[in-house]
Amino acid sequence: MPTETLDQTTRLAMFRLLVDIRFFETRAYDLFMQNLVKGTSHLSLGQEAIAAAFGAAMRSDDYTFATYRGHAHTLARGVPMTPVLAELLGRKNGLMAGKGGSMHLTSAEHGMMGSYAIVGAHLPIACGAAWSAQYRGTEQVAVCFFGDGTTNIGSFHEAVNLAAVWKLPVVFVCENNVYMEYTAIADVTAVARPAADRAAAYGLEPIVVDGNDPDAVYAVAVAALARAREGKGPSLIEALTYRHGGHSRADPGKYRPQAEVDAWMARDPMITYRARLLADGVAEAELVDIEREALAAVDEATEQAKSGPVPSEDLVMKDVWADGGASWRN
Amino acid sequence: MAELTYRDAVARGIAQEMRRDERVVLLGEDVAAAGGVFKATVGLLEEFGPRRVRDTPISEQAIIGAAMGAAMTGMRPIAEIMFSDFFAVCWDLVANQIAKSRYMTNGQVSFPLVIRSANGAGLRFGAQHSQSVENWLMAVPGIKVVVPATPRDVIGLMAAAVRDPDPVVVLEEKALYPTKQDVPDGEIVDELGKALVLRTGGDATLIALGNMVPRALAAAERLATSGVDCSVIDVRSLVPLDTTTLLGEAAKSGRVFTVEENPRLCGWGAEVSSIISEEIFFELDGPVVRITTPHVPLPAADALEDLTVPSVDRIVDTVYKAMSS
Repeated sequence: MPTETLDQTTRLAMFRLLVDIRFFETRAYDLFMQNLVKGTSHLSLGQEAIAAAFGAAMRSDDYTFATYRGHAHTLARGVPMTPVLAELLGRKNGLMAGKGGSMHLTSAEHGMMGSYAIVGAHLPIACGAAWSAQYRGTEQVAVCFFGDGTTNIGSFHEAVNLAAVWKLPVVFVCENNVYMEYTAIADVTAVARPAADRAAAYGLEPIVVDGNDPDAVYAVAVAALARAREGKGPSLIEALTYRHGGHSRADPGKYRPQAEVDAWMARDPMITYRARLLADGVAEAELVDIEREALAAVDEATEQAKSGPVPSEDLVMKDVWADGGASWRN
Repeated sequence: MAELTYRDAVARGIAQEMRRDERVVLLGEDVAAAGGVFKATVGLLEEFGPRRVRDTPISEQAIIGAAMGAAMTGMRPIAEIMFSDFFAVCWDLVANQIAKSRYMTNGQVSFPLVIRSANGAGLRFGAQHSQSVENWLMAVPGIKVVVPATPRDVIGLMAAAVRDPDPVVVLEEKALYPTKQDVPDGEIVDELGKALVLRTGGDATLIALGNMVPRALAAAERLATSGVDCSVIDVRSLVPLDTTTLLGEAAKSGRVFTVEENPRLCGWGAEVSSIISEEIFFELDGPVVRITTPHVPLPAADALEDLTVPSVDRIVDTVYKAMSS
């Protein structure tokens, strides 16, 4: 990857996002262990580079559609940590006042159009947002992140086909983290590359990128976003990565061979990207400052989330309908 | 005033709204060049062009997902699901995504979209192209459901649905597509959640929906010749439900019959019966009686389908027997 094409400001911005997400997810895990976060959660530990690079490459009015593994993509769009963490804790100062939870993070004002917890559902929805942008002539792009498991559900194929036929400004990003949930994606998929090997079926180029390399992801993101804005249609990107933990809170991930885990841990984007920035002449002190700021932000968010009020009772009957209420009869 | 079929009223209602609002677009299988498999969208492609009237692949999840994504980013899409039985293949988008996302996001996003679909029996299409699914839809919090029974109401309720800020399903009764009515010229816009009293009579109240409305009216005419004078109410809107009108009319006669095409269990009439029984029990002179399709998939043969869906004869017999006992 020719890193000289990337300016240092962008690379440091990506590093900051990377660190923000890493520290946030680590804290989210700790709070789970303290039983302060209820329900479930799906962390992006190890996969941060994809969210960070797209976050840096996207226009502020572009649309993000993510899965239940969506904390990273929410933060990458500039949503502050406090409402995200407070949402995980079920507090009124949460992003959705506690009504959505970890799997449904949404901040429409940041272009974060939702985290969707049914596998595959959001690919057609991203098509709709892209269609809307195309119709309105805004040159906005919808970026849709999903896991490798999604490539085997019907809506993936319906959505990629429709996007190709209608030349929609949508970028599909498959975060291939090797495991669908507990099962290796290779064991349940007819092709070796779950997204890239399907691209040809929809007249698209197969694009595979090292998902642990922010510079590499940034480069393919910029190209795909430009193609979409120019009216040339969708892209399907397969970003190779690895989650450091299990699928969700309940999963210790013990089905993974230790040698495989070790090999991927050596490719931890935090470690490798930090080393690359240093090698490229960034001062150690600058990175330490970024890390210190990120940790302070997570600490502050933790305090704000923990001290946030419990959601009020009136929220139960609010916002089924656009009039703010839940009435179904007169 | 012009005579209009229910089928032509669909296109007129959509055109009325597309002329008014550039954000209104139509998508679905065969809706554009072919004018719809029921010919209900004929002429829309010619008037509004392929940018606003779009044929899709046979991809119900993509159709409904695209409508949802467009609605949440400033459009007012109308999506067609060709047969209402096909809601089953895009049910996640309807029941999990569109219905829940406003609530889950604490009101951050709105879904001003319409899903229209051909519903119910009458064309001998068999079990997978004939079911009345209004009860599936009304069971989901976050979805509004209307079922027009006349050409005029197709236009008025379509307009209300398009203008509503929430997701609305408009079920078009496929048995009614050829029916005709004189419809006023000019814009027609109704309100969601308003039932209509079509006939007044003091002995019994027949509460009907969609394709069952003309049958209830015909049954009421026959019952009148036997000395049973019935009111007939067209529910029109299941969500929101006009319980004020339903309760008021039920109280007048004290004898209530629901006439439903949906299969028996958890049909819309069960909810209506429950509300009436809970809220005006002491105004009633007998139990609320439900006349429904039995709890079976629909058979294809005309002789069998006719035995399954409530007929005028069955309505007359049921009401007469209940009133005589």
